[in-house]
Amino acid sequence: MYKNLNLTKTKTKPLESFVKFFIKFSAFAAILISIAIVFTLLTEAINFFQDPEVTIREYFTATRWTPTFKNPVYGVLPLISSTLYIALIACIISFPLGLFSAIYLSEFATRNTRKVIKPIMEILAGVPTVVFGYFALNWITPNIVQRFIPGSGVFNAISAGIAVGIMIIPTIASISDDALNAVPKSLRMGSLALGSTRRITALKIMLPAALSGIIASFILGFSRAIGETMIVTIAGGQYPELNLDPRKAMYTITSSIVNVSLGDTPHGTTAYNALFALGITLFIMTFVLNIFSDYIARKYRKEYEQ
Amino acid sequence: MKTELTTKKELDHVFTVRDVSVSYGDFTAVKNVSMDMFKNNITAFIGPSGCGKSTLIRSFNRMNDLIPNAAVNGEINYQGINLYDEEVDPVQVRRRIGMVFQKPNPFPKSIRENITFGLKVNNMTDNLDDRVEKALTQAALWDEVKNDLDKNALDLSGGQQQRLCIARTIAVEPDTILMDEPCSALDPVATKKIEDLMQILVKDFSILIVTHNMQQASRVSNYCAFFTTKATDDGRRTGELVEYSDTKTMFTNPSESLTEEYISGRFG
Repeated sequence: MYKNLNLTKTKTKPLESFVKFFIKFSAFAAILISIAIVFTLLTEAINFFQDPEVTIREYFTATRWTPTFKNPVYGVLPLISSTLYIALIACIISFPLGLFSAIYLSEFATRNTRKVIKPIMEILAGVPTVVFGYFALNWITPNIVQRFIPGSGVFNAISAGIAVGIMIIPTIASISDDALNAVPKSLRMGSLALGSTRRITALKIMLPAALSGIIASFILGFSRAIGETMIVTIAGGQYPELNLDPRKAMYTITSSIVNVSLGDTPHGTTAYNALFALGITLFIMTFVLNIFSDYIARKYRKEYEQ
Repeated sequence: MKTELTTKKELDHVFTVRDVSVSYGDFTAVKNVSMDMFKNNITAFIGPSGCGKSTLIRSFNRMNDLIPNAAVNGEINYQGINLYDEEVDPVQVRRRIGMVFQKPNPFPKSIRENITFGLKVNNMTDNLDDRVEKALTQAALWDEVKNDLDKNALDLSGGQQQRLCIARTIAVEPDTILMDEPCSALDPVATKKIEDLMQILVKDFSILIVTHNMQQASRVSNYCAFFTTKATDDGRRTGELVEYSDTKTMFTNPSESLTEEYISGRFG
């Protein structure tokens, strides 16, 4: 006999249902905020493109971005090219450094070295970007760029690119390190047991096995470089024309947003609406990259789910 | 401890182990092991979990070097060379003494590349295709995969993966193969295939196998070492060699009562 056997449902207490609601609300808050941002960007951007002063054709083909001039030209081309240019310099700096530090951390470093390097790396990730910006302008530019590359201006793309690159090293190193650590240890053992060295094991077995995760880290780093604002605003300059000389100033999407919004641009004017057109352009660029990196990372996880 | 190997003295030794203890930091996993193992024979290590048999086998190809704090004391001689001599390169050791692991661990590459990786590492790049075919044939896998050599190894079944791991191990022509519970992740059919394979491979190689499965030890091995754990003064457990003899004797007439209790299923 089972005494006191009770299988009926207990009533939910009021506090419990409140907590449930709160948790649900928190989860949806992020989604709601994202929708609100996209909505704001879109409506204002639509206003911009409906403005008689602007044509979509001009936006995508003109080679100047001078919204606050007497005869404004709204050409996003120099901004996109500057953004990609500086991001590219950042990638040249950060991809090898980030990847090799990840390989070192996961394949060669002893536990104690790891204990020292990881926190330092995290400090680097925590440095406010405005600090990197002044570091670029006041140290990298005079001591490195202007010293070794003649003809460099005070504001230049190289210096900004290097600083952005340093900024994203921790992102790349930490995600690549995770990817390498996610490769089953048994593969490393299997390789070493065949008489291969640690170096061959790291480069020929571990690296290819973690490749999708590493590529995902590259894409994420690239998308952070595109969205980076303070460094490029401080060190990259505001040259509003199409320019492919990295020794000279450039004008990224982000710094032109900062620049216009810092001025006394009145609400509702074309220049004001132009900010949102830039915003949505930037948003689409980083959004596509993030989705792409997510797709690759997911594909990668599948390989070992068995 | 008794070793009853006097009758087989004429056999060549592959490993001579003298007073070997393996420890991690201040924890001794297995201590005071002395035994001789013979060429072209299958030697099985059996015993309950934690008795140090896997730890010991990993010190035979210096895989323990990869674990921080691991230390091997005593002498492990491989064909007359002390494996832990300062002059000895662990990478060279692993080229001569192959290892097959508990869980099949093929590389996430094609079947062919799984074999050629070790060959390239060891500069055995002449006649690559022949070597691939030979290794897969020796591992009794060739007929099943000869048309799919470029297929990803992870698409093979668990048993096929393990035979592929054996194939890549023997491809680099070692003298000895260490097998650390090679069948524990496999079903009985795949296990039987590996066991049959071992009987063929033993003609060319010396084989050491760690197994949880006493029936497997009695089926496949010529010699058998039984390990157990004993509590030490500080309350932790350390592995020890209890008995080492030819397999037939161990399973019919063990000299130690502990062995008899274990193989008759009264503990472990």
